Amino acid sequence: MASSAIASSSSPFINKVQKDVGLSTFSSQPSFSLHTAKKRNSRNITCVMAPQQTERKPATSGSVKTAMTMTEKILARASEKPMLSPGENVWVNVDVLMTHDVCGPGTFGIFKREFGQNAKVWDREKIVIIPDHYIFTTDDRANRNVDICRDFSMEQNIKYFYDIKDLGNFKANPDYKGVCHVALAQEGHCRPGEVLLGTDSHTCTAGAFGQFATGIGNTDAGFVLGAGKLLLKVPPTLRFVMDGEMPDYLLAKDLILQIIGEISVSGATYKAMEFVGSTVESLTVSMEERMTLCNMVVEAGGKNGVVPADSTTYKYLEDKTSTPYEAVYSDDQARFLSEYRFDVSKLEPLVAKPHSPDNRALARECKDVKIDRVYIGSCTGGKTEDFLAAAKVFLASVRHHISTWERRSKFPLSLFQLPRRLVWMDVYSLPVPGSGGKTCSQIFEEAGCDTPASPSCGACLGGPKDTYARLNEPQASFTIFV
Amino acid sequence: MAASSSIRTYIPTPPFLSPHTPQSSLSSSLKLTSPQFSPTSKPLLLSSPLSPPLPLSAATTSSFSTPSPNTPTTTFHGLCYVVGDNIDTDQIIPAEYLTLVPSNPDEYKKLGSHALIGLPAAEYPTRFIAPDETTSKYSILIAGDNFGCGSSREHAPVALGAAGVVAVVAESYARIFFRNSVATGEVYPLESEVRVCEACRTGDVVTIELGLGRLINHTTGKDYGLKPIGDAGPVIEAGGIFAYARKAGMIPSLAA
Repeated sequence: MASSAIASSSSPFINKVQKDVGLSTFSSQPSFSLHTAKKRNSRNITCVMAPQQTERKPATSGSVKTAMTMTEKILARASEKPMLSPGENVWVNVDVLMTHDVCGPGTFGIFKREFGQNAKVWDREKIVIIPDHYIFTTDDRANRNVDICRDFSMEQNIKYFYDIKDLGNFKANPDYKGVCHVALAQEGHCRPGEVLLGTDSHTCTAGAFGQFATGIGNTDAGFVLGAGKLLLKVPPTLRFVMDGEMPDYLLAKDLILQIIGEISVSGATYKAMEFVGSTVESLTVSMEERMTLCNMVVEAGGKNGVVPADSTTYKYLEDKTSTPYEAVYSDDQARFLSEYRFDVSKLEPLVAKPHSPDNRALARECKDVKIDRVYIGSCTGGKTEDFLAAAKVFLASVRHHISTWERRSKFPLSLFQLPRRLVWMDVYSLPVPGSGGKTCSQIFEEAGCDTPASPSCGACLGGPKDTYARLNEPQASFTIFV
Repeated sequence: MAASSSIRTYIPTPPFLSPHTPQSSLSSSLKLTSPQFSPTSKPLLLSSPLSPPLPLSAATTSSFSTPSPNTPTTTFHGLCYVVGDNIDTDQIIPAEYLTLVPSNPDEYKKLGSHALIGLPAAEYPTRFIAPDETTSKYSILIAGDNFGCGSSREHAPVALGAAGVVAVVAESYARIFFRNSVATGEVYPLESEVRVCEACRTGDVVTIELGLGRLINHTTGKDYGLKPIGDAGPVIEAGGIFAYARKAGMIPSLAA
């Protein structure tokens, strides 16, 4: 893992450029237009593909005088305004609202209480309900909450409900997809230029697709269910420029831990985080590395994270959605609250030590820390690449003639929880490079790891007592690669 | 800065806000319409020199000295519970209790009984909710930086409100917690001008004068400035965004 390019984890590779953005010019003028928030009857909807609205391109027409960031542009379009500045409050039309088994029941309760027992949702095709948090459990209340999601979806004829009924074998549930943030992307619900809200703080993951995505509470979500819009404040943007070739021992998780270690767990509170630079552009292996960057924006307090859409994005979306979308980009003259620059080629693997994501340390500084358990899964780092990276570590231990017994004591209990169905298939079918054709699952098995568990939020979140890999008694050290 | 700007998230334009609503009846009547409301859940004494005692937690009078015409003089008085920096939602209400649905009145109460149960016992030997109790005797929470970070669970402000907390005074808030507090009307998320979590101790008797923007610690005899809650105040006062929007005529009243 380690390399010769060793350096301190603090600032030398980061140049923070504080730009004068004229904070005093942030408009405090509120815009309020709930009058237009009329509920549409979902039964009247016959057209799925809305025509492209080319007349609303506030900042791409060339006639715009004020430059905007891409977050500002997305919100301007969604609020039908020609331009916006940070600090403005606007009613934003929501393209997709996502909820899950933990916050869905409360959201539906508020929706019915406030809009009436017989109320209909604003658009049955724009609501995505993904049970994923507390699924493989015998907890009655957790099971009931999935039933509530199902009943509501049936009653409202929700188009995208990813149901699970057979808890014994997740593969017997053709609709079940696993962790919501990855499922949203995989099922084509993340599209450039759109606004996606979800009752989960990691909803910001979807910003990887060049869209505005943020987490909201049940009450706000209940409002959106009925009205299709929400009052949002336009955030100022912090820009992170990451250049340089990414060494093969780094993953996007290292980049975002570097950033959070730099700006702290509240460094981006109320702000947008935009990720650009040659490294981000070259994260071409998949969209998933970009999703990891944006996923952890909330761990720095950020409102949303965003990566400009490019050919990698379009290729990923090719076979996933037929809904038209239009990407937007920050103008050259757009104002950023501050800009941070990183030379990625000089970074090295990082860990976040207990109990805070900004408790950053170099991985090599922790080489003597005894690890009791290893868990890989959940929405941040449970991607195919992460499992491949884990498999490579096991392979390397074989290459260095470490016996199975020693490996077992090195990796005493390794737990894998695949966040979604497709990752499961990859882990069981994709050959690991340099392994002579072995799959991740074969390598894990030979190393004495647990059989990968059914896709769910699992140990990362905790939950009911019988949650897979839940830490029910104190452990000296519990390492989670999530 | 965070709060003063965040407040605008809920800003209504002045025309929606009648210049001076008789706030005293607003508070109680709208709170009572909420199925979550439990009159016994927020035990508070009221002995502020500025406000006559009222049976409810928030004594709201039509001001003797309101800084702005829209700010009512609201007073909270009670014992405070003090926590540190970066108190995340897992400490406020751990994930295992998220099966409880806040919009269900019984489960709302249960959420309250688990409030702040995730605080480590070693650091917080005095528990927020005493053994065998379902609500807390501490009605005001005092915290450091970045209170409510972590997840977007609305269960967090709900659990605090259900346990009897009426206001949190922190140096700063995580965005979603602040917003959820206002949207639900469960607790006032107030920001202090200076760091107070090290100057107050759990069990101190404190008063919050919302209109004056003061936090008074009667035990130590010290007094601190609070940043204005601004237009988020009336939303919380009304009992959340829906109650406020109805009151202000922004959305129609529920058909019977």
